[in-house]
Amino acid sequence: MIKTNNNPDIAIQCDAVHKRYKETTALNGVSFSVTRGEIFGIIGPDGAGKTTLFRILTTLILADSGTASVDGYNVVNEYKEIRKRVGYMPGRFSLYQDLTVEENLNFFATVFNTTIAENYDLIKDIYQQIEPFKNRRAGKLSGGMKQKLALSCALIHKPSVLFLDEPTTGVDPVSRKEFWGMLKNLKAQGITILVSTPYMDEASLCDRIALIQNGDFLTIDTPKNIVSQYPNKLWAAESDNMHQLLIDLRANEITKNCFAFGDKIHISSPLNPPKGDLKTLDIDKTIRDLINNGHKNVVIQKIEPTIEDCFMQLSQR
Amino acid sequence: MEKVIQHNPDLVIIAENLTKRFGKFTAVDHISFEVKKGEIFGFLGANGAGKTTAMRMLSGLSIPTSGKGIVAGYDIGTQTELVKKNIGYMSQKFSLYDDLKVWENIELFGGIYGMKDAEIKEKTDKLMKLLDFENERNKLVGSLPLGFKQKLAFSVSIFHNPKVVFLDEPTGGVDPITRRQFWELIYDAASRGITIFVTTHYMDEAEYCDRVSIMVDGKIEALDTPKNLKKQFIANNMDEVFQQLARKAKRGE
Repeated sequence: MIKTNNNPDIAIQCDAVHKRYKETTALNGVSFSVTRGEIFGIIGPDGAGKTTLFRILTTLILADSGTASVDGYNVVNEYKEIRKRVGYMPGRFSLYQDLTVEENLNFFATVFNTTIAENYDLIKDIYQQIEPFKNRRAGKLSGGMKQKLALSCALIHKPSVLFLDEPTTGVDPVSRKEFWGMLKNLKAQGITILVSTPYMDEASLCDRIALIQNGDFLTIDTPKNIVSQYPNKLWAAESDNMHQLLIDLRANEITKNCFAFGDKIHISSPLNPPKGDLKTLDIDKTIRDLINNGHKNVVIQKIEPTIEDCFMQLSQR
Repeated sequence: MEKVIQHNPDLVIIAENLTKRFGKFTAVDHISFEVKKGEIFGFLGANGAGKTTAMRMLSGLSIPTSGKGIVAGYDIGTQTELVKKNIGYMSQKFSLYDDLKVWENIELFGGIYGMKDAEIKEKTDKLMKLLDFENERNKLVGSLPLGFKQKLAFSVSIFHNPKVVFLDEPTGGVDPITRRQFWELIYDAASRGITIFVTTHYMDEAEYCDRVSIMVDGKIEALDTPKNLKKQFIANNMDEVFQQLARKAKRGE
């Protein structure tokens, strides 16, 4: 069979992919490529187009225009080849609820002409955690165990590319950390991973990320480069009354571009400074004003942005 | 013998040794706490720690196996209908009807809670202004972006002016800016005296709460202000506090 994409280093290639559902544009001309062995994150809120992109790349739906290939094969003409070699874990649990853990795994192994034994090494670390429950029906598993079973089933045929659509949504922070540990191990075994998430703090665990909103990629780069390209200056402010602090900062023309960020408020320099160069916020004066307004223990410090700051800046443009 | 709970109008939620068993499994194991009027109370825990079961008891949907609870002045063991009338509830999964228009959803929920037509109309006008939603008023809820929906769902959940509102992961999957606007609505409701009882998996949101409890294996393992919890666990942020506590969990879901 003729491969569409002949570069063996590219695992996923996507060029100007568009998809509309009636009046809604789900993907507005998305282009990117994923290098073999990368963990590539698609990061953005619900409704941004993440699932549509995954469904196009896993050959479940067709794009309206644009081209895409996975593992060198075209998603339209060569979909059968792609289906043989990718693993896909959809956002919604989609294993057979009335089959047991072991039956599910066996089923997926058989569909792909393999056996559990043949690729046991690949899933061992993950599957061992649910093996004590191998006779339990999948529908009776906890969320965390379902997730591990779904991942095992997506891996049992040793795919070259793994698609994980929001594997950590609704999962608590401890289990999320664990899950990312598993992905790191899979990467070490040479599997390319495309993973989507609405959690911005997971960005730093990816080699490269695309930030997506309303069907558009806001940026594609390493998390480090995205942070270093943040164009504004950024400060973190705190006082004894955080709610009032937010209200007071909002009321000031220079500090109005501010948002709560955990136990701090992040203030970014004005996007369009009204007059002159206001990019250097007069911190001393701001602190004095806040103290005069009755705030106690005011601290304002210049800080480095997080990916979430970058996302917010890019999505406001 | 269980102590008789004193009715104190400043305490909107009182839980005393609240317990729920399913067969041999103790989902919620003697939890006790109080939440004050206008407080933002964060209710955290790993998946399967017992949060949902506890919330179902506090909102009158599930009767405790033992222990006692007073919510909005009513007994959650014997006065469940009165509890339901005096609370609000919103979750990420179910909030509004997609195939009803914005104003129809408001009218429906207002009507269910026994509000008068004139009051519903007046408050709807105000709400549409506050949310900057006047152009969306006649749109089907299903056609709105998720962020819009969640802000509207929260506003509808407090439309009948309940004493307390239960929010079950209200901001899951919402974009970062809308998530913060959502919390500004929460602050605003709390400043008007509505008690907020909220669960979340976003640890930055735990910092926005006045006090936070963390459940592990059915028990409340920690309960204090975010500041004090960080001090107690020598942690830089609430994520570190959570990781320390929840890692000890023995059971799954």
